[in-house]
Amino acid sequence: MEKIMHKPLLPRVSLSYRLLSWEFFLLLITAAVFVINSLASPYFLDPWNLSDASFNFVEKAIVALPVAMLIISREIDLSIASIIALASVAMGFVAQTGAGSPLIMLAGLGVGLLCGLINGLLVTRFQIPSIVVTIGTMSLFRGISYILLGDTVMKDYPQDFAYFGQGYVYAMFSFEFVLFLVLALVFYGLLHKTNFGRRTYAIGNNPTAAFYSGINVARHRLILFVLVGLVCGLAAVLLTSRLGSTRPTIALGWELSIITMVVLGGVNIMGGSGTIAGVFIAVFLMGLVTFGLGLINVPGIVMSIIIGGMLIGVIATPVLLKKFRNRKPAP
Amino acid sequence: MKTLLQNREVLLAVLIVVLALMVGLVTHDFLLPSNLLAVYNDTSILIILALGQMLVILTRCIDLSVAANLALTGMVVAMLNSAYPEVAVPLLVLAGALLGLILGMINGVLVWKLGIPAIVVTLGTMSIYRGIVFLLSDGAWVNAHEMSGAFVSIPRTELLGIPVLAWVSVIVIAVMVHFTRQRRLGREIYAAGNNPTAAFYTGIQVGRLQFVAFSISGLLAGLCGYLWVSRYAVAYVDVAAGFELQVIAACVIGGVSIMGGIGTVQGCVLGALFLGVINNALPVIGVSPFWQMAISGAVIVIAVIANAKSERKTGRIILKKAALQSH
Repeated sequence: MEKIMHKPLLPRVSLSYRLLSWEFFLLLITAAVFVINSLASPYFLDPWNLSDASFNFVEKAIVALPVAMLIISREIDLSIASIIALASVAMGFVAQTGAGSPLIMLAGLGVGLLCGLINGLLVTRFQIPSIVVTIGTMSLFRGISYILLGDTVMKDYPQDFAYFGQGYVYAMFSFEFVLFLVLALVFYGLLHKTNFGRRTYAIGNNPTAAFYSGINVARHRLILFVLVGLVCGLAAVLLTSRLGSTRPTIALGWELSIITMVVLGGVNIMGGSGTIAGVFIAVFLMGLVTFGLGLINVPGIVMSIIIGGMLIGVIATPVLLKKFRNRKPAP
Repeated sequence: MKTLLQNREVLLAVLIVVLALMVGLVTHDFLLPSNLLAVYNDTSILIILALGQMLVILTRCIDLSVAANLALTGMVVAMLNSAYPEVAVPLLVLAGALLGLILGMINGVLVWKLGIPAIVVTLGTMSIYRGIVFLLSDGAWVNAHEMSGAFVSIPRTELLGIPVLAWVSVIVIAVMVHFTRQRRLGREIYAAGNNPTAAFYTGIQVGRLQFVAFSISGLLAGLCGYLWVSRYAVAYVDVAAGFELQVIAACVIGGVSIMGGIGTVQGCVLGALFLGVINNALPVIGVSPFWQMAISGAVIVIAVIANAKSERKTGRIILKKAALQSH
């Protein structure tokens, strides 16, 4: 089984084809963006600037890792940003009681996990497509945040809580960034080196076949939803700590940029294929593009045009190439 | 009686009436015909968009770009009106609908010809369309005083005591009932969504129908662009931001199956009305508007759980994918 399932992403093909792999393609674009950016702005190649820029995408990037696994298993979670908001609100309330950082963090992680569990149970117990469930819980979780906070702000976070989102581990390497690198390694191991990861691909490729080969598909997906929720809780800790405050609109619209990162990373939205390496590169690609555009004063909403175009363009290019290549002369 | 209550449209209608009556107990004015008409009028745009979305969902796709499409066409129509106030409004409405149609066709072509999943396509075009609104307007608003009188007043004009806006939605409902039940294209959309493999073998081009569904959804969004902008007498970048979720929610509540092939116009309209009644009732019974989002979220979750039981499928066609790829 292990042998047969090895390398499910690429068909057994020549080296030249492998060089045309998604990850390589992404890497090229990222390198190009890097060069263009450094030519376009003299401020780009400054390590501290790059470090500052990383804050804008690292939290999203962390969530993208488990979301990639979830999408590989043919599910999706649109409620991720709302989970972050609700977890952040929970942390705000715990902080208000005068609790210390560990307890605040625990509240965020706990609420995230709980939200993931709710999503997972709804999807697996009632066999409802996850896209509808999470469109519902997206409003529900965000709605609860609105009910609890209204138009107020919570900012009674203790001094040392700021470390998670603002601290540096070594020189210009922020805590957030190092945590992302560590988590990327962890998820790489989980998806590519364990049975759990292999099963994720098996389920995404053919849930029915996976079921008949003895995989507990429902439990597996439940675990993935909980994992996504938990990591959303973690992202909430980082984001809340960085901003030092909680509003109900926190992380609004993040689900779209996170899913864009994942899809850009070569994860098939229909499930069954994708790699952590791809997502890892895509995260930097998006981060560099937005940072570079920011340096040349492109407004955020124009960036969204570019990112939306990138999403479609990057997915469409291989399809178009394939169509072009497969065009055989008429018989 | 039992079978009648098992019919989800009847059940939903009963729920809406009960809900309205409960609100009526708190504030009697809510049940006045004039207020009920106002509630319907307020829900008209949601109904129109939900009907377009229903066609897309029937073909197993989803259109997340409707609200952005609405914002873009609304902005274009408003800017045209403020720049050329002498151009007749119906012409502008036509222009808006055409632009909406084109935007919808772009989605449709990407899904049909390139085979990109609809959720990815519309996620992308959603940001693109919304971004173009900003590029066009430079972030500025088009306010009421920049619009011509006719532009703003047409949807409010009453015919037989009912505003034009409500009439438009009634016409759209009537056309859609005819389209989904009597027209060949409408029936094919159901067939394509219900079982793409079988549809393919009966000679139905599934991709083309997805294109048709996206085009109609876009056309209706373009129409709503004008309606929205003139109703609220303002156009800006964030018009109807996040409204696509309400639209999808209306479909889901109305019993449209996200797996495609199942859904009726009347269910969809009732789903939209259900949300409309809630949205209008909350401020009346003194519930903070902050509750609105959580309530519609909870309603969606409950509705899909209710749907789940009737939809559960027993079998699965193993060669479905292969058959779809072969065309």
